Amino acid sequence: MRGLWAGSVALLACLGFAAAALAGEMPVELKPGAGLEAVRQNCGLCHSLDYVRMNAPFLSADGWKAEVGKMRAAYGAPLGDADAAVIQQYLADNYGATPQ
Amino acid sequence: MLANEVNRRHFLLGAAVVALDPALPAGTRDEAVLDALPGKQDLIKLSWRPPNYETPRDAFAEIATPNDRFFVRYHLAGLPSKEDLVGWSLTVGGDAAEREIRLSLDDLKALPAAEIMAVCQCSGNRRGLMSPHVPGVQWGVGAMGNAVWRGVRLRDVLAKAGVRAGAVEVALRGADGPVLDATPPFRKSIPLDRAMDETVLLAWEMNGENLPIWNGYPLRLVVPGWTGTYWMKHLTRIDVLAKPLDGFWMQKAYRVPRGMFPTDRAFASQDNDKTSPITDIPVNSLITAPLDGAAVPAGGFSVRGIAWDGGHGIGRLDISTDGGGTWTAATLGKESGRFAFRPWSFAVAGAMPGKLTVMARATGADGATQPAKPIANPAGYNHNAIASLTVLAT
Repeated sequence: MRGLWAGSVALLACLGFAAAALAGEMPVELKPGAGLEAVRQNCGLCHSLDYVRMNAPFLSADGWKAEVGKMRAAYGAPLGDADAAVIQQYLADNYGATPQ
Repeated sequence: MLANEVNRRHFLLGAAVVALDPALPAGTRDEAVLDALPGKQDLIKLSWRPPNYETPRDAFAEIATPNDRFFVRYHLAGLPSKEDLVGWSLTVGGDAAEREIRLSLDDLKALPAAEIMAVCQCSGNRRGLMSPHVPGVQWGVGAMGNAVWRGVRLRDVLAKAGVRAGAVEVALRGADGPVLDATPPFRKSIPLDRAMDETVLLAWEMNGENLPIWNGYPLRLVVPGWTGTYWMKHLTRIDVLAKPLDGFWMQKAYRVPRGMFPTDRAFASQDNDKTSPITDIPVNSLITAPLDGAAVPAGGFSVRGIAWDGGHGIGRLDISTDGGGTWTAATLGKESGRFAFRPWSFAVAGAMPGKLTVMARATGADGATQPAKPIANPAGYNHNAIASLTVLAT
């Protein structure tokens, strides 16, 4: 059985893990690009990064901005404005809907 | 090694009978793979953490969805293991209860047992088929399952704690939780009149076996007719409340525009000016055979599937093979209670060789029927549009 998510976020961050994977979780490779590391370290704390691909590429830049905003406001993601801007830009550039 | 493993899984999905709907977002189709959680067979993985896995369509050829193929849905990644739940007990109290009590599983099993077959369906089932797409878990058709649930009536347990006059809601907590302290824990409530309904159970058993850990072991709430959001897993605490439950998961999530989905069992204590909590499972159907794109004999073939709703029961199921111009009644199979999947079948006598579109439309005993298109709403809930598939008659 998969255990309770163990250890503290701060400790794991110090050790260089982007996230605490559940046993059996496969790595999700996202497109290389500016901001990828911020995505891995912040978004990956609470959820696997397949959430990004699953919601692509139909979200526009504004759609991704709204998602990041929801993660901060509703789910308490500890993101500063600067990191949020970097993450939004990465998602819009790499997984955003192409403007028609 | 890891890259090879991922490729192998992708290959398996492509090769298996699991056909992903082309209407799903491109990113979802790339990401969805077959994967087996411990104790489960291969399901369609949509997210690893928290685990969100849907049931492949072929599992719905059986009326009772097998436990090891039953879908898995979590909002937050702090999951309890079976070891964490050793010594488990349920606390029942709250400001509108006369006393607080603690019950072990043996205590619960000493109460009169009750059993019901009912569909558990995620509010967002088929969200991935919404057009335009709505963010969230991009479910196909398999965020649902039908099982025989066995346990005790919630009202019998509430009676032991004593329900005071003025109680309005019953709030629920489970052992799963968020990763960060700042994330709102998953807390839900149901109105008192639903809590007192004889069909609402605290279940420890599913299809004759203990609940799988992924489906709420050791105890979950069963709210027949209402969507899965109220079916709290790993129950640890139940509170009878004199005021409506506050919090993100009631006030912000799982809500629909007011009046958009009519119900005769409203959750009025949680309504606001613009939105209401989601409640009933809308009438719906699924074609389980043939599969989309399959070759069928032009001389005749049978169409089979299931239909279900929020508890009125299925009144009829109609099939169209001319794009919705004319509809003919299918034969309904055995009813396993008004909350369960109802099987149906239809014999297509013959078809012109070539492509043929088959559509199924269920109608509830209350006259509610499936719409031609899904009813658009911000969170992509309650997709119950008429499904169609194309076969090749040869």
